Amino acid sequence: MTFEGLQRRARDEWQALSESAVPLIQVGTATCGRSAGASAVVDALREALQREATPALIMEVGCIGLCFAEPLVTIRKPGRPAVCYGHVNPERATQLVSEYLLRDNPLADWALGTVGEGRIEGIPELFETPVLRPQVRRILRNCGFIDPTNILHYVARGGYTGLVRALGMARGQIIDEIRRAGLRGRGGAGFPTWRKWQFCLEAPGEPKYVVCNADEGDPGAFMNRSLLESDPHSVLEGLLIDGYTVGAREGYIYCRAEYPLALERLHNALAQMREQGLVGENILGSGFSFDIHIKEGAGAFVCGEETALLASIEGRRGMPRPRPPFPATSGLWGKPTVINNVETLASVSLILQKGAEWFAEYGSEKSKGTKTFALVGKVKRAGLIEVPLGITLRDIVYGIGGGILGDKRFKAVQTGGPSGGCLPEALLDSPVDYESLTTAGSIMGSGGMVVMDEDTCMVDVARYFLDFTQKESCGECVPCRLGTKQMMDILTDITEGKGREGDVELLQEVALAVKKGSLCGLGQTAPNPVLTTIRYFRDEYEAHEQGRCPSKVCKALIRYRIVADKCKGCQICLRACPVGAISGERRQVHTIDVGKCIRCGVCLEVCPARFGAVECVTGQ
Amino acid sequence: MKTLRLTIDGVTVTAREGMSVLEAALEAGIYIPHLCHHPDLKPVGVCRLCLVEIAGRGMTISCKTPVEEGMVVKTESPDIELARRVAVELLIVNHHADCLSCAKDGACKLQEIARYVGIEEERLQRLRRTTRSLPVDSSNPFFLRDPNRCVLCGICVRTCEEIVGASAIDYAFRGYATVISTLGNRPIVQSRCESCGECVARCPVGALVPRQERNPAREVRSVCAYCGVGCGLYLGVRGNQVVRVRGAAESPVNRGRLCVKGRYGHGYIGHPERLTTPLIKRDGRFVEASWDEALDLVAARLAGYRGDQFAALTSARCTNEENYLLQKFTRAVMGTHNIDHCARL
Repeated sequence: MTFEGLQRRARDEWQALSESAVPLIQVGTATCGRSAGASAVVDALREALQREATPALIMEVGCIGLCFAEPLVTIRKPGRPAVCYGHVNPERATQLVSEYLLRDNPLADWALGTVGEGRIEGIPELFETPVLRPQVRRILRNCGFIDPTNILHYVARGGYTGLVRALGMARGQIIDEIRRAGLRGRGGAGFPTWRKWQFCLEAPGEPKYVVCNADEGDPGAFMNRSLLESDPHSVLEGLLIDGYTVGAREGYIYCRAEYPLALERLHNALAQMREQGLVGENILGSGFSFDIHIKEGAGAFVCGEETALLASIEGRRGMPRPRPPFPATSGLWGKPTVINNVETLASVSLILQKGAEWFAEYGSEKSKGTKTFALVGKVKRAGLIEVPLGITLRDIVYGIGGGILGDKRFKAVQTGGPSGGCLPEALLDSPVDYESLTTAGSIMGSGGMVVMDEDTCMVDVARYFLDFTQKESCGECVPCRLGTKQMMDILTDITEGKGREGDVELLQEVALAVKKGSLCGLGQTAPNPVLTTIRYFRDEYEAHEQGRCPSKVCKALIRYRIVADKCKGCQICLRACPVGAISGERRQVHTIDVGKCIRCGVCLEVCPARFGAVECVTGQ
Repeated sequence: MKTLRLTIDGVTVTAREGMSVLEAALEAGIYIPHLCHHPDLKPVGVCRLCLVEIAGRGMTISCKTPVEEGMVVKTESPDIELARRVAVELLIVNHHADCLSCAKDGACKLQEIARYVGIEEERLQRLRRTTRSLPVDSSNPFFLRDPNRCVLCGICVRTCEEIVGASAIDYAFRGYATVISTLGNRPIVQSRCESCGECVARCPVGALVPRQERNPAREVRSVCAYCGVGCGLYLGVRGNQVVRVRGAAESPVNRGRLCVKGRYGHGYIGHPERLTTPLIKRDGRFVEASWDEALDLVAARLAGYRGDQFAALTSARCTNEENYLLQKFTRAVMGTHNIDHCARL
């Protein structure tokens, strides 16, 4: 079939769906939706439809990104805008069928917003709500709106026109298009994509390879997973364009095995591409032949580092090697190789589909386009977001995120995963772009964004991230293997009240040596949480040195006690204490045995608010 | 090969194209601390100690940087000092401190580097000391593997892969728990290890040490007596006993390499049961005889046989020349083609 034929079929199917005479019910069943119970919701919907004998189409879609409101169900009745519902459980699903489908009561209280033309009273337009209004949905445009297992949906929404356009262009023209778009690597380092491609194109050596890095491993980051689960073709199209441009015949997708659904969707997408002649020999009759292999990662964080990733594909232990030579000149099996992140490739598809100027409409001077972030932590509306580069942290945290959970005080936001820095309130108005984040001591990273509130101890946070990086260090180079362990040990001592004089200076010294001396990006960035917490929250380190944890998190530095004149002797805390550390007769003031107490805080939680007799104290 | 000129610490140095900055410096007699570099192996740049500053490029490791014409290299700077010092201090505080009981004491690269960098006890005191107490692998009859003294330079791994071709060991586990391990972390004797000891010979610290080896008083250049390859070696002699064998790097035959027999199988040299004269059986008992007596006896007895009554089997332990002579003797003198060789099996 020609591409035009495929497009016609796709448009017909999409139109039929849009004009469906029966209601269309879309359920977000990406991993995030499933973990929130979306599969049970699908079952409940099927059951309800069968019981009521009412016809409707159920379509499983990917993730819109409104994680805070999962599971999400969108219902579109003929002639009406679609209504997106949040926090849907099986009971609510059943009610949606009986109330909205059968009785036309849209249950506005549960609705997050409408999508499409027309309004429904009492329900705002979804994209005009505070969580979505500041966002620019380009990479995520299809996520949650198409069936990710159906290539026709992707094609109907403009998919693969970027590839078709690229196949008619000279390689130099494509590279120039990417250059004019100003696309920089979305994996974190921000290297100009066009330059990487140019190096590989010009590098001597055959065959050449292109690799998609889908080994997303940062704790709290799920941008790539969500995109692969919700719109896999957008990434695969980018990989094809990449391969065509640099003259490769083979491409790899290196995706972590802990992403089973993403892998399933990739395998499915690849099979569909093969059916449609979009991969394999002589793609779309252009003479360009290209095949894609899917390689599963075995669960090492460091394999997200490009040279370790290549070693892993080659069947060796995933350990980085020093660069130069860069993969663009000597990569997979010593051949010129381009390695691009999932989101970079999705951006490539868009640039070829819509043009460089369109892509560069958004963004700051040196950081063009939009970027997805996994906004998580102590924020009211956690989720997957896409914003123009250059937006301020405040707009993200308070605008899209809706502020801090429980209206507590903001303390810090960490960008860039475990190797990112923790930025304080004073930097909330700084723009989110590669340069600004680096200046502030953090990194863009692949897009993790963890918000912390006043109850977060920054020393403990630094220790937590160091614990992660030191365990995930490949162990090969000295500064990273021993330096991250040393920093972790010092931080553990500080949080346990065993810090010594000069520890902060020592931490800085070791951190700097690890940053400057380490072989790969893991070690070079691992000290960032330590350095930024010292830079912005030094008072917390000093408090710990004096035996105080101001956020009352570090167990060795806090203790719980019962305020004698508030305790009514109700024995609630006594019964709740898991270690029997509380004693006291009924109607007598209780006491906590500090020796037995494990500082779990249950007594404080269970003490009735009207008494407020348990308090947590720190320091002498 | 093209020669290049570069400047290291103000000294003009001549180097050959393809050399690393570290190699050029070492050849010119300029020391740059290094732990994972070994002249026989490809550089990997994992110890991060051979830091230098290259004008226009900043700080980098010298073992992975090829020399370029006109390159200006500095081996000392505040950045190098900090990164290198901290790395060495970290190695020390994570290493056993009982140097005197270590077989490598005095020949240890870590000691050499520590001396060069200069270790201050006060600075070490600030750091958190952790030493591991993993079991020592004593399964191999010729050497011990002590993971607690290992600095994970990877020289043994690369030796086994690049030189021996056995790949019996590799890195295992992550982070601080990383060790050099056999497949499945089994004792080395259950692995593909051939006990050649090439890794032991290259280990810069006390992680791989030969068993029961005493330091020799002098060395004697010799050729291995085991097979016909003729590996050059040095017999380390103490008193009148061979206590150690090491390969002769200058030998074109083996370029310093040895197999398990050549390196460790020297016990026969001074063994009390070793035959030192020929034995002739008289009255059912072997008695000592001179070479002339023995050869006369053999010649006299062979005279009674000709053609296919005779067959000769020769040995891979003989040299090519000796093997040639025996086949000549068999064919020309004894008149038969019944000649074979143990290595043909």
